[in-house]
Amino acid sequence: MKDEPGSTNLFTKLDSVFIRKEPFGLVLIIAPWNYPVNLTLVPLVGALAAGNCVVLKPSEISQGTEKVLAEVLPQYLDQSCFAVVLGGPQETGQLLEHRFDYIFFTGSPRVGKIVMTAAAKHLTPVTLELGGKNPCYVDDNCDPQTVANRVAWFRYFNAGQTCVAPDYVLCSPEMQERLLPALQSTITRFYGDDPQSSPNLGRIINQKQFQRLRALLGCGHVAIGGQSDESDRYIAPTVLVDVQETEPVMQEEIFGPILPIVNVRSVDEAIEFINRREKPLALYAFSNSSQVVNQMLERTSSGSFAGNDGFLYVSLLSVPLGGVGHSGMGRYHGKFTFDTFSHHRTCLLAPSGLEKLKEIRYPPYTDWNQQLLRWGMGSNSCTLL
Amino acid sequence: MDPFEDTLRRLREAFHMGRTRSAEFRAAQLRGLGRFLHENKQLLHDALAQDLHKATQLDSAFIRKEPFGLVLIIAPWNYPLNLTLVPLVGALAAGNCVVLKPSEISKSMEKVLAEVLPRYLDESCFAVVLGGPQETGKLLEHRFDYIFFTGSPRVGKIVMTAAAKHLTPVTLELGGKNPCYVDDNCDPQTVANRVAWFRYFNAGQTCVAPDYVLCSPEMQERLLPALQSTITRFYGDDPQSSPNLGRIINQKQFQRLRALLGCGHVAIGGQSDESDRYIAPTVLVDVQETEPVMQEEIFGPILPIVNVRSVDEAIEFINRREKPLALYAFSNSSQVVKRVLTQTSSGGFCGNDGFMHMTLASLPFGGVGASGMGQYHGKFSFDTFSHHRACLLRRPGMEKLNALRYPPHSPRRLRVLLVAMEARGCSCTLL
Repeated sequence: MKDEPGSTNLFTKLDSVFIRKEPFGLVLIIAPWNYPVNLTLVPLVGALAAGNCVVLKPSEISQGTEKVLAEVLPQYLDQSCFAVVLGGPQETGQLLEHRFDYIFFTGSPRVGKIVMTAAAKHLTPVTLELGGKNPCYVDDNCDPQTVANRVAWFRYFNAGQTCVAPDYVLCSPEMQERLLPALQSTITRFYGDDPQSSPNLGRIINQKQFQRLRALLGCGHVAIGGQSDESDRYIAPTVLVDVQETEPVMQEEIFGPILPIVNVRSVDEAIEFINRREKPLALYAFSNSSQVVNQMLERTSSGSFAGNDGFLYVSLLSVPLGGVGHSGMGRYHGKFTFDTFSHHRTCLLAPSGLEKLKEIRYPPYTDWNQQLLRWGMGSNSCTLL
Repeated sequence: MDPFEDTLRRLREAFHMGRTRSAEFRAAQLRGLGRFLHENKQLLHDALAQDLHKATQLDSAFIRKEPFGLVLIIAPWNYPLNLTLVPLVGALAAGNCVVLKPSEISKSMEKVLAEVLPRYLDESCFAVVLGGPQETGKLLEHRFDYIFFTGSPRVGKIVMTAAAKHLTPVTLELGGKNPCYVDDNCDPQTVANRVAWFRYFNAGQTCVAPDYVLCSPEMQERLLPALQSTITRFYGDDPQSSPNLGRIINQKQFQRLRALLGCGHVAIGGQSDESDRYIAPTVLVDVQETEPVMQEEIFGPILPIVNVRSVDEAIEFINRREKPLALYAFSNSSQVVKRVLTQTSSGGFCGNDGFMHMTLASLPFGGVGASGMGQYHGKFSFDTFSHHRACLLRRPGMEKLNALRYPPHSPRRLRVLLVAMEARGCSCTLL
């Protein structure tokens, strides 16, 4: 909250110059269903800390959490400055016709466009935390079991319903040969011989998502898993091979416990493949060679990047989380959230007197006058042309 | 029936009353949030289990600034060199390829930028495109990775709507009516000098110029002769022959401004010359809020004075209207200046002076609300045109340490994990 001081030039030496962080006013937070507590409360903390009044629209899909947020949370906050509104796509559309001073949206790129278009009518700034297909490059030079552990953990956590989860693997056919048994071993270790009875495996949020995912099981060939149970909205931790780029599983964000493997013959081919597609929210590269990891980092773009691990960085408050291109705009977490929900107002407080010092800038101008002005403003200035 | 109207109005009112401003209030809200989480663990756990069947229960991290890719800069006509080049410098420094659309209204500068500038840059990564509103509309149908626009709020909405179709992030440097509050407690001549200089510079065609004055009738009495004295001093007895006074950019703007001369009463100036696109440094009094001169951004050498009886009334007046790009307050009392600062919002603020704050490259420049979004100048330009990518590089080995986080989970394991995460000074529970 404290004002941040700024540096001055000769003409402003006697002035007090600083950046003041102010709340925008009325903020709308639209939250998703996959991490319904975290992805609601983390932005909310930032918005409140920055001094805004907040309208929260939790997801109607995660009904259990929606109920708690609507009925219990307001009891803990000053309700003159906080409200929860409920509804589906139609009500949210109506809500978006109103004017807000900031909109924070987490969800799909398709709906992100709708939100930004609505915001444009009121010139409302936005942060859009969207999604995409997060590539996971696995180099020949690595330990398959270690990689399998890490990739599987981040893929199957929350039954794959994570915006930053590895979406698909890119590796050579040789690597695939070594990775498959390692992945099977990992899955058995994590979830047992009957994953459906493991307490550590999540379920799909609703029937619609379940049906969508079950259809994806028909792409390529099932190498591991592939079972499903409609009554339980259960999909087994699955690995698909021989997938074509044109198949649905490689066209849409998977958002489920299904991991397709696509073959490439080299790092270069992997980079080319990635760069042909939309910029993802997260990008992963596994290799014993830091050179290979760095190459991946330097020649691609993504919201965020991790070498030799999954999305552990979301728990680090020192780095911001956000997308680029279709995966989003703006970022938050920790201090970045506070900054996101604040207007950074540049302030200059000059003394009311000392007019003689200011005279130098008034017309009529002589050559000497102008020279002195330029020198005074120095290299720290923008010419007013 | 709009189900949200009442709720939204209630919250807006609370915000305007300043409820959320104090640190104490915000801390109380956050403590409430903390208690909510603490006191309802089981309830939240059950809800998450119902929704998603969720179970309960180590490097080099850095931010890498990368170019977005293809950047579009749409520049205005009022400072056609500065407002083109300053963003361009940021975009190029950040490593982007740039398409520049200079204003077709400042025709001479457009010619120089189109014909001469490209010779100094690598043309495989830089291009100038020309055209009016229709061509710009077509240009905006294309996909860019960033759009930087300087211009009016009306066109800003068009740009943002076009950008939304491609999820292209934008910075919009727009405008508004910049209020200039003049307190009774001040030296009229000093204030007149400062206000006049910033108002009439570039014949008033400056997005951050003081747009109108708010002061008491008594202050107005003292300010008018001081303003006349300043204008004579700066521009002579015949301002039209002064080399230090600009001209209006084109006929359309000239006609618009000449019409504004009919609002209220002319106290100073009021002359105009169509053949020269000249408008005299003018001060208007007795203006009504409903008149055009108080409805649109003036963008010319005309300064209306609106009377208020107190600083509170001035603040109320300002807050009833759109948030401006700049806000000015003149007073010998730093308390009064601070009050205006604290109880209003604007892109930038200056106490006892004009837009000096934007000459400092160490400070960000940008609007808020209808006056814009995003900011630039100096390092802020570089940051604006960069994607800040969070990176984590871990070592491929040391798998035993990672084993802690893998299922199957035991309560003891989970406790150890939580302690480890908290020890890092941070953690967002992945729920």
